[in-house]
Amino acid sequence: MKANSKGVLTGTHNLSGNEAIIEGAFAAGCRFLGVYPISPSLEATDRFLQRSGEVDATFVQMEDEISALAAVLGASWTGKKSMSVTSGSGLSNMMEHIGLGIMLQTPCVIVNVQRTGPSLGIPNGVAQGDTMQARWGSHGDYETIVLTPNSPQECFDLTIKAFNFSERFRVPVLLLTDAYIAQKKTLVKIPPTKDLKLISRKLFKGAKNKYLPYKNDKNLVPPMVNVGDGYRFHVTGLTHDERGYPVMTSECQEACVRPLMEKITKYQDEIIEYEEVETDDADVVVISYGATSTVVSKAISLAKKDGIKVGSFRLITIWPFPEKRVRKLAQKIDAFVIPEINFGQIAFEIERCAAGNCNVFFVPILGGGLPTPEDICKSIIKASKEKKKIEKLIEL
Amino acid sequence: MAKKKIEPHPMENILRMDRIPHIWCPACGIGTAVTSFASALEKLKVNLDEVCVVSGIGCTGRVAGYTKVDSFHTTHGRAIAYATGVKLGNPKMKVIVFSGDGDIIAIGGNHFMHAARRNIDITVICVNNFIYAMTGGQVAPTTPLTAYATTSPFGNIEPPYNIPRLAEACGAVYVARWTALHVRRLTNSIVEAIQKPGFSVVEVISPCAQYYSRINRLGDGLDMMRFYHDNAVIKHNEPTENLDIDYQKQIIMGKFIDREKPTYIERYNEWLSESKPKKK
Repeated sequence: MKANSKGVLTGTHNLSGNEAIIEGAFAAGCRFLGVYPISPSLEATDRFLQRSGEVDATFVQMEDEISALAAVLGASWTGKKSMSVTSGSGLSNMMEHIGLGIMLQTPCVIVNVQRTGPSLGIPNGVAQGDTMQARWGSHGDYETIVLTPNSPQECFDLTIKAFNFSERFRVPVLLLTDAYIAQKKTLVKIPPTKDLKLISRKLFKGAKNKYLPYKNDKNLVPPMVNVGDGYRFHVTGLTHDERGYPVMTSECQEACVRPLMEKITKYQDEIIEYEEVETDDADVVVISYGATSTVVSKAISLAKKDGIKVGSFRLITIWPFPEKRVRKLAQKIDAFVIPEINFGQIAFEIERCAAGNCNVFFVPILGGGLPTPEDICKSIIKASKEKKKIEKLIEL
Repeated sequence: MAKKKIEPHPMENILRMDRIPHIWCPACGIGTAVTSFASALEKLKVNLDEVCVVSGIGCTGRVAGYTKVDSFHTTHGRAIAYATGVKLGNPKMKVIVFSGDGDIIAIGGNHFMHAARRNIDITVICVNNFIYAMTGGQVAPTTPLTAYATTSPFGNIEPPYNIPRLAEACGAVYVARWTALHVRRLTNSIVEAIQKPGFSVVEVISPCAQYYSRINRLGDGLDMMRFYHDNAVIKHNEPTENLDIDYQKQIIMGKFIDREKPTYIERYNEWLSESKPKKK
């Protein structure tokens, strides 16, 4: 095992999801990890430390997740691509700095290996209960980007994408995995460096006294500078003007916060990614993501034996939500079936997009483990038998 | 009539003049602490491009907004954690955390403890006005016993932290305390603290005429300065256990701790070079 000069471990390796994320991060150019240990994300930190000598990376284990993400934001402003790795309650702790990261427009990647809750839950239990926390957890209005890989290979690929999005949009990007995806090992193909498409933040190159930290480019993202480059800038978590100075007016709130959302929504078609299988003539479409999606294909082939026309829609980006496509699908099918390892999160988003055009069946899974294909198949069969339109979310 | 020449402000190189006047009340000690800090930077002759100020929230938390260096106004209590990332990301920076007692010792107490233990090479200037002033005079972890605050209407019943003692116990390599009256000595201490490799702490006892002294009927800013003049004594190297501050009693100032320890970055780089793959 030997990485090239850029830290990219080109070749095929047997990696867990957690390890693949770190290889993706190194390949993307990440060189800083601020972390607080929590199961089931630990292998990621171990991997980072094993390889940090080789790639000259900086590591710090902080006293909690609050400070871990604070350190990540600080390091990111020095020009280093930076990340943190956490899980469930750790993500809850990070919320204030997700807000600060959004407000200061600080690129970084946060990996959240979900675990069951509330509170401590089952530390190594498979769960998908953080999808809404990832979107709405910090106070105030904001848009964020959240990706959900369903294999170690995708952990590698999406980590690179997460860094690219975070650098392009200057926003903290979340990668949601779970104990199953994070800890199962499969072969992961790491491409040669020249085949990697990497994006780095746009840096301001103008005169030292002309820099305005929050003067947006036409894409609504302001160019950044690094600490120590001589621009002597000021930034604040308060509502601020282009100079980065606090201004406590509703006009400034509008000018400051609206672009934080629009810079994402405007380009959502370039961000959103999903995978559709046989949805064209389907009566029932199963929507899934992450660990549950690994069971869905088996469930679908079982349901097909019963003669049901069923397709699969797998979310790869969950935020921004692929609303346009889900709305369109809702108009031509009878029902969505949504197995989720939680008590209804993305299902409500789908119900909103379905807007009464088709039935929405939700399969809540307690968590701790994966559902069986038979369970999901039963739900698909039940959903396909419901001819009447029911205008609310139905629990199966 | 000849046009009157406007003299430039002597600190316009270090302060953001486009943000003056500042928000601090008359008789507040924070401005004095900032002046001492600015004088210290001048004395040090550092390249200001290599200075970074990180603040938390509160009255003193606004300092970052007035210093013309790379500066961050961050979340409540987390300035030290944020500064840790800045220092590790770019070790050539001189990183100064400038914030208040509530920010650094209450909500940020854990980060203070661990940054000192880790010996991250930053300087903390902690302005201690014995109260939460920005939010209207609530009791702080530094409010002396029996003193009044809006949330201690019968007198404070919680013993306060002795900041130098806490800093020493947690591992800080440099600890000093001055009042807002002792600007020359304060400036010298800030110079020493910034030069010192490792986690250094300078506590600045500061008057808060608007809340602390008004609620406790201690007079205005000048009365507080007179109190410091009459009751603050210099005792260098005084054991930090003797540095508790009782209500309207003697305040011991000076440089208490000045010791050598390897910093986090030194230890980390040592480990990193050992863990690098050996060339065959």
